[in-house]
Amino acid sequence: MYVAVKGGERAIENAHAWLAEERRGDPNVPELGVAQIREQMTLAVNRVMAEGSLFDPDLAALAIKQARGDLIEAIFLIRAYRTTLPRFGASRPVETAAMDCDRRISATFKDLPGGQILGPTFDYTHRLLDFKLAAEGDVQPAPERAADPAPLPHVTEFLNREDLIEAAPPCDTPPPDLTRDPLEMPADRALRLQALSRADEGFSLGLAYSTQRGYARNHAFVGELRIGTVAVEMDIPELGFAIEIGEISLTECETVNQFTGSKSEPAKFTRGYGLVFGQSERKAISMALVDRALRWQELGEDYEGAPAQDAEFVLYHADNIQATGFLEHIKLPHYVDFQSELELVRKLRREAGADRTNEAAE
Amino acid sequence: MTDAAYNFAYLDEQTKRMIRRAILKGLAIPGYQVPFASREMPMPYGWGTGGVQLTAAVMCPEDRFKVIDQGADDTTNAVSIRAFFERTAGVAATTRTDEATLIQTRHRIPEAPLRAGQVLVFQVPIPEPLRFLEPRESETRKMHALEEYGLMHVKLYEDISRHGHIATSYAYPVQVEGRYVMDPSPIPKFDNPKLGDCPAIQLFGAGREQRIYALPPYTRVVSLDFEDHPFEASKADHPCGLCGATDSYLDEVIMDDAGRRMFVCSDTDFCGQRQAAGHRGKDAA
Repeated sequence: MYVAVKGGERAIENAHAWLAEERRGDPNVPELGVAQIREQMTLAVNRVMAEGSLFDPDLAALAIKQARGDLIEAIFLIRAYRTTLPRFGASRPVETAAMDCDRRISATFKDLPGGQILGPTFDYTHRLLDFKLAAEGDVQPAPERAADPAPLPHVTEFLNREDLIEAAPPCDTPPPDLTRDPLEMPADRALRLQALSRADEGFSLGLAYSTQRGYARNHAFVGELRIGTVAVEMDIPELGFAIEIGEISLTECETVNQFTGSKSEPAKFTRGYGLVFGQSERKAISMALVDRALRWQELGEDYEGAPAQDAEFVLYHADNIQATGFLEHIKLPHYVDFQSELELVRKLRREAGADRTNEAAE
Repeated sequence: MTDAAYNFAYLDEQTKRMIRRAILKGLAIPGYQVPFASREMPMPYGWGTGGVQLTAAVMCPEDRFKVIDQGADDTTNAVSIRAFFERTAGVAATTRTDEATLIQTRHRIPEAPLRAGQVLVFQVPIPEPLRFLEPRESETRKMHALEEYGLMHVKLYEDISRHGHIATSYAYPVQVEGRYVMDPSPIPKFDNPKLGDCPAIQLFGAGREQRIYALPPYTRVVSLDFEDHPFEASKADHPCGLCGATDSYLDEVIMDDAGRRMFVCSDTDFCGQRQAAGHRGKDAA
């Protein structure tokens, strides 16, 4: 006997209770603190802040804890929270040339004013499991010296002085806001960069990698990669000047790309740009490569039909919260639609069967 | 009962105003997809965020609210959305179509006729009826602007030449007031005739795709077809096993591992009211 399925409400409550229990894991193992995640899972926290578009390490750490380490789920929690926050203004553009750098490297010049600063990088580690970490060993403090107070100018500025790279003149047009206006095509570069900055890291990486392998190759050099903190300043109308309201950590990548030139214009290098919250090198470099590929039109390059050149393709599919939602929604009930398909297939098969019998009879 | 930390019906008033503007524009241009700045909601895209935002924007404290998914009030996501608004707006919920003033639905239109004063909110996954013929939004917007719907007719014609029928059984495209071709959301084509000339307001929300569109009351809505292949609203050719209705859309339920099946109304409220009125199907206890 069929009884209509009831009790959805209780099933959901019980599922949530079970989920909470699974999240906690074995209660004999000490519970993970939010501060521990913030301090020891920093790169995960950075990714959640970057793709969640909210700079708040404590909330990102909380989201990671609540999401059982599923970073896309954590990003979703942050986005849903972020959208409810009131907006009381916009900061001044942050000045990355004045960044307090933890890391600053250039792949195009062996040495440069301010020098190469490796910083806390995995780059030259040997990827051997460190079994000592399993025993929770203490860390020796790293050697220190006073930072050089001299400014660290952007590498592309040197090329700019010689007119070897395309100019990037300052622009006072307020950028569009992806989170307050619907995304519409064509999207200008400011909007594209905004979307790329919060785009899924894996999707950005895949697209950037595809340009390196020949799908809209633009031969990028990392002109400069810098990671550090910058001050956030805001104009206060009542005061008549800007005050510093805090600081954030950023990763900035400027690529120097293959030159273009024509009969009327001498050859020049071009630029790609990446800027991401926190220490997120892979994402920042990927962003710069994809940004450069998307600029084919303004630079007079050919459209090769490569995915990374296609702004509609890139921007409509780069958001992992949209993507994961729509992908996973196919597990929700679809039996009404499936039933209508069932009826149609049965009907088509019935008619096909009848046709075959008729042919045999003829 | 309500959560004081959030505004009535969750969304802030500025956002509601932005959505209401899009709704008004949608009602003024029936079937036209109005872009709107969809917000991230506390449930995932694909779970009805477009519908939830519409509902939040039009909900009043005195509303009686009904949510159905696949025609049923008790499917898990319907339960979840109803609980969301009970928590954030404290409105009274009902399962009765005739009592409800605001109905949010996924994939069905209730069997009971709607009346003036009611609002039916549809959850829409892909608002663009031309999307699977042309993946680019910049192109499809142009096609709508130029009323260039030849591609859709070719697709339907190709179905007929290949299968002998138009092989679209749900999300069957309609034309609104002789102008915009519109996706009615993934309702079975059985429900298409209910869209037209309806006394209630019908609102369609696609959160992820950031589009709102609408049918004002008594709008002319025509399912696309050909003179020699007229549109046909189809359903399983059985009566409901519980209430005996022969004019309602049916779910097919597999009863045992020998493949025995029964057919029951997908609209649980409709079926329940018929049973309460003494109607019995052949499988009723």
